[in-house]
Amino acid sequence: MSEPMVKAEEVRKRFGRLEVLTGVSMEVQPGEVVCMLGPSGSGKSTFLRCINHLEKIDSGRLSVDGELVGYRQAGDKIYELRDADVCRERSEIGMVFQRFNLFGHMTAMENVIEAPIRVKKVKKNEAARRAKELLERVGLADKLDSYPAQLSGGQQQRVAIARALAMEPKLMLFDEPTSALDPELVGDVLDVMRQLAKDGMTMIVVTHEMGFAREAADRLVMMCDGAIIEEGTPEHFFVAPTHERTKQFLSKIL
Amino acid sequence: MESAPATPDTAPSPVRPEEIKAIPVRHPGRWGAAAIVLLFAAVLGQSLATNPRFQWDIVRHYFVSSRVLHGLVVTLELTAISMAIGIVLGIVLAVMRLSPNPLVSGASWLYIWLFRGTPVLVQILLWYNISALYPRLTLGIPFGPGFAHLNAGSLITPFVAGMLALGLNEGAYMAEIVRAGIISVEEGQTEAAQSLGMTRLQTIYRIVLPQAMRVIIPPTGNETISMLKTTSLVSVIATTDLLYSVQLIYSVNYRTIPLLTVASIWYLIVTTVLSIGQYYLERYFGRGASRDLPETPLQRLRRNLWSLRRGTVEAPGASAEGR
Repeated sequence: MSEPMVKAEEVRKRFGRLEVLTGVSMEVQPGEVVCMLGPSGSGKSTFLRCINHLEKIDSGRLSVDGELVGYRQAGDKIYELRDADVCRERSEIGMVFQRFNLFGHMTAMENVIEAPIRVKKVKKNEAARRAKELLERVGLADKLDSYPAQLSGGQQQRVAIARALAMEPKLMLFDEPTSALDPELVGDVLDVMRQLAKDGMTMIVVTHEMGFAREAADRLVMMCDGAIIEEGTPEHFFVAPTHERTKQFLSKIL
Repeated sequence: MESAPATPDTAPSPVRPEEIKAIPVRHPGRWGAAAIVLLFAAVLGQSLATNPRFQWDIVRHYFVSSRVLHGLVVTLELTAISMAIGIVLGIVLAVMRLSPNPLVSGASWLYIWLFRGTPVLVQILLWYNISALYPRLTLGIPFGPGFAHLNAGSLITPFVAGMLALGLNEGAYMAEIVRAGIISVEEGQTEAAQSLGMTRLQTIYRIVLPQAMRVIIPPTGNETISMLKTTSLVSVIATTDLLYSVQLIYSVNYRTIPLLTVASIWYLIVTTVLSIGQYYLERYFGRGASRDLPETPLQRLRRNLWSLRRGTVEAPGASAEGR
């Protein structure tokens, strides 16, 4: 098998006295879709944020596409990366947030073209052409000039996905992308994600949408108290979960 | 729920949905208050028009005299330059204040403490007399050789002293305003920008500051208007601003009241223009913050006149369609 897209070995992270990640080890292969489940506070979001260095890890090794996240190894010494290099690493990883975090002072179009123009130095009309395609793909061809406040939550989240895709990432991270949405708006966002999965994007999705997990995920990961306690195929999880905590959790959300 | 289709009661209700034509509640209190206001206005108007000591002809004569207009230009220049210094300094100090480096943020804190803690009038006098403290200003390497030597007395003219004092003082206040603006922008905006690979500087200039402007602009407009009037303090160091110009005139001809009236009217005119400018700036930076842009005063006037004719005054935005 080729090199994993994401490789985590014994990743630990603490906030003050609270240890949020107590040793997470996992691998995600290119093209794989992994859904992370677990009760709130179990460290799913923190782990996701570590992958694109929004949080620094305290110990362990975390690499994306063979490159350490936030660090560089030469011999047996580890160097912290310069800001510019951290930015480059981040630019190759797309992230979608629970609260969308669209830039409020920019239209949908401007939100999507901002990073390609500023970070990848793409020509403006080229970026705009691509943005139009992406916004069409997420079903928002008629909302190019709308500001985030003029869009529904579901529409905002789809713009946010288009914004992340505009950087042509090799990995997409979704941090509870549908948790802040009204129930009837969830479907549109999940449709876009399902299509993305079908197109072969490598995705790590923190979600409570079990329908999506069952259908689109190659693998499910259950986190509890900062560690992975069980992983397997969707069938495994829905038919015969082994860990007591997993059974308990699934019985509550299914 | 296919087995038991819901059958909502769709029978026409007996009451037809007609527009309600009720007799409005009377408000005698409002009419009474309005009458009192009108009475006061009449008294004031009568006094303004008939008290000869206002000397409106003198006011008219000096209103556009060259000395007054020159003073007005000096006041406007001082206001503009001091605010420019204040805003630039304010942004720098605010960013310093939020720096993780304790020496850098401490320096910003100290500056704000010092310049906010002393009266601006004292600062004006100090700058005016700076040559007593540093008779010669030297441009060069600290503790090393100097390249240029300047005579402080000739460099710090009253205008420069006023400009420095007002600008440096304003910087301290603007720093707090800018800092509040930056803090008001959600953390998620920074994270989203970072996750796209934008640098710290790009994030501040492209994402955070434009959104902070919505919070920064209103108090900055306030500061500008306040600055316009604070510049009159430079009259104590003989800078021929608007106030000092009229003072010079009335010290000769003793027409004190009409000349102070001239100055007041000019201050009011400039303040009005600034307020209008502030409104449109706010409107520009508020884009995207709400679903509809706020109305311009002209649009609001038109709407109010229209609804007044129909006997109802709508709340702004009530007429705007929901998304």
